[in-house]
Amino acid sequence: MFPELNNLLNITPDRAEQGKLTLLCDAKTDGSFLVHHFLSFYLKANCKVCFVALIQSFSHYNIVGQKLGVSLTAARECGQLVFLEGLKSSVDVFFRAQAEPHPLQFLREADAGNLQPLYEFVRETLKPMDDGQAAWRCPVLLVDDLSVLLSLGLGAVAVLDFIHYCRVAVCWERKGNIVALAHDSGDGEDKENDILLNGLSHQSHLILRAEGLATGFCRDVHGQLRILWRTPSQPTAQRDGSLTYQYKIQDKSVSFFAKGMSPAVL
Amino acid sequence: MAAVATCGTGAGSTGSIVATTSKNNVTSFQRKGPRASGTDSGCSRLVSIAGTRPSVRNGQLLVSTGLPALDQLLGGGLAVGTVLLIEEDKYNIYSSLLFKYFLAEGIINGHTLLVASAKEDPADILQELPAPLLDDNYKKDLDEDICNHQTPDSNIKMKIAWRYQLLPKMESGPVSSSRFGHYYDASKRMPRELIETSKWHGFFFPEKLSSTLNKEPCSLTHGYRRLLQFIQKVIYEEGFDGSNPQKKQKNILRIGIQNLGSPLWGDDICCTENCDNSHSLTKFLYVLRGLLRTSLSACIITMPAHLIQNRAIIARITNLSDTVVGLESFIGSERETNPLYKDYHGLIHIRQIPRLNNLIYDVSDVKDLAFKLKRKLFTIEIHTQKKFNLCIEEKNVDYNTS
Repeated sequence: MFPELNNLLNITPDRAEQGKLTLLCDAKTDGSFLVHHFLSFYLKANCKVCFVALIQSFSHYNIVGQKLGVSLTAARECGQLVFLEGLKSSVDVFFRAQAEPHPLQFLREADAGNLQPLYEFVRETLKPMDDGQAAWRCPVLLVDDLSVLLSLGLGAVAVLDFIHYCRVAVCWERKGNIVALAHDSGDGEDKENDILLNGLSHQSHLILRAEGLATGFCRDVHGQLRILWRTPSQPTAQRDGSLTYQYKIQDKSVSFFAKGMSPAVL
Repeated sequence: MAAVATCGTGAGSTGSIVATTSKNNVTSFQRKGPRASGTDSGCSRLVSIAGTRPSVRNGQLLVSTGLPALDQLLGGGLAVGTVLLIEEDKYNIYSSLLFKYFLAEGIINGHTLLVASAKEDPADILQELPAPLLDDNYKKDLDEDICNHQTPDSNIKMKIAWRYQLLPKMESGPVSSSRFGHYYDASKRMPRELIETSKWHGFFFPEKLSSTLNKEPCSLTHGYRRLLQFIQKVIYEEGFDGSNPQKKQKNILRIGIQNLGSPLWGDDICCTENCDNSHSLTKFLYVLRGLLRTSLSACIITMPAHLIQNRAIIARITNLSDTVVGLESFIGSERETNPLYKDYHGLIHIRQIPRLNNLIYDVSDVKDLAFKLKRKLFTIEIHTQKKFNLCIEEKNVDYNTS
């Protein structure tokens, strides 16, 4: 986790909020550093994490996690982390017919399926332990990322349904959190993605949006992060707070600074 | 990443570096190798595969793309287990050249090749590969032009080693070399002996059309499905994913897929904007990447991106690939007569470089890159410097006339 980002968001691993949906979105840049941040944050906060990783392999997250101070292999062994590796499972699902329904069953289907098997998998892994084992603080679902589900043949409505069901099961019933990453194509070309992103934005409590700089590539400033706090249940009750920072990604951390205040410029 | 995964090799499969599905028991003994490799199969085993080297940034296993200039731009080479997507130039001249460089590099290094095409027979593609430049004197000149870090002393040592290795070449095996990245002469063909002694698998789609269709309906088009099954069969049977107990493979599989997405593969994304199976290609890329991540292979795909009408699909394809390079040739465009570009054949755009096992990646500051193809060399250079010189010349002319 990045301490500077924790300060900006005003959260610490001891005081993690509950029942929130956080949307991570990136436009014209790579927002995966946010996923690494939240993964290490919730593991350090002693929460049970179900990570649906559809884009990269386990070793990628593990190696980056080690730089941020968490060991995913250790977390997986003691049961704190349940890791669904999309790339590896897709090969199994696609080439061999499975006996029982696999969470990524939709890969075998000819027409647009739904994500019910995936939802069942999430609910199963995050259900409270009855046998008195080490109780984790709160369950967390982390999805990286949702836009790839659109590329795999699902409709935006199916993905929104999945998130809705997960919100009921995780956020409302178990008082857990959901963090999901979605890409923003920016120019309105991908209509399905826009539907997905708009639908998620209206449901989320916190939106972190990583954007590339409008002026183009810069070596010292990698992008701009917009933080937006929302209260979905009362849409017009109070004004939503929003902050904008620019950031530079380094080897083991990310430094944030106000716009135009990059250390390289000052 | 396949090669650098935290592989619990406690069960003694020392030959296989890939993390297999069953071997997840991490032993407490962790070899204190370079910081980021983190596996207890030593780093020495990683470099023992011919034609690969670990990345200086994160210990990732890299292979050469066949073009040392492109290797430098991509941060040292192409990572094993990833996809290099080339967006074709308009007449598919330079992208097919890059494709051939990739395959030729595989033959020189002794890697296994898998060539898939719907347009040309893979055997014909292999006959047209460029010949490698093994003349050490010429290489020395080239090394001075393109900033190469080799010292003159090691060059001389190479020369001796080259002479030595040239002797048994006629008897057996391909030219084995310890260099990473070779130069090729585009005007000559690769010697037949080298091609015949290399191991390759070809997938020519028109030949596979007549075979029986599979039972289950699937949203992938027929061509993509057959290709995926073929690739998976080769990976499994040759042991590149470490799951075959008989075969312990310590070689790289280089996969080359030509013109993916073109109508010859049975896909219609290049024909119309609202296509029926718009998810076919993206699903193919996803499952292909899954296959690559779990095996010792690297893949190059050339795609006629300029023909794809639906821009949303291009964005999705970019997100689903690891490294994306776009080529734009000047042939037939108004830039051909532009004095700015008179020395070059086209522009090269590095659209995406993956951040693997890392938060950051090696990115060069230069974004304006142009390429030119001379007989023996495909160079990539910055073209804005020339623009600056041209402006100064014009100013001088103005002062003289006043």
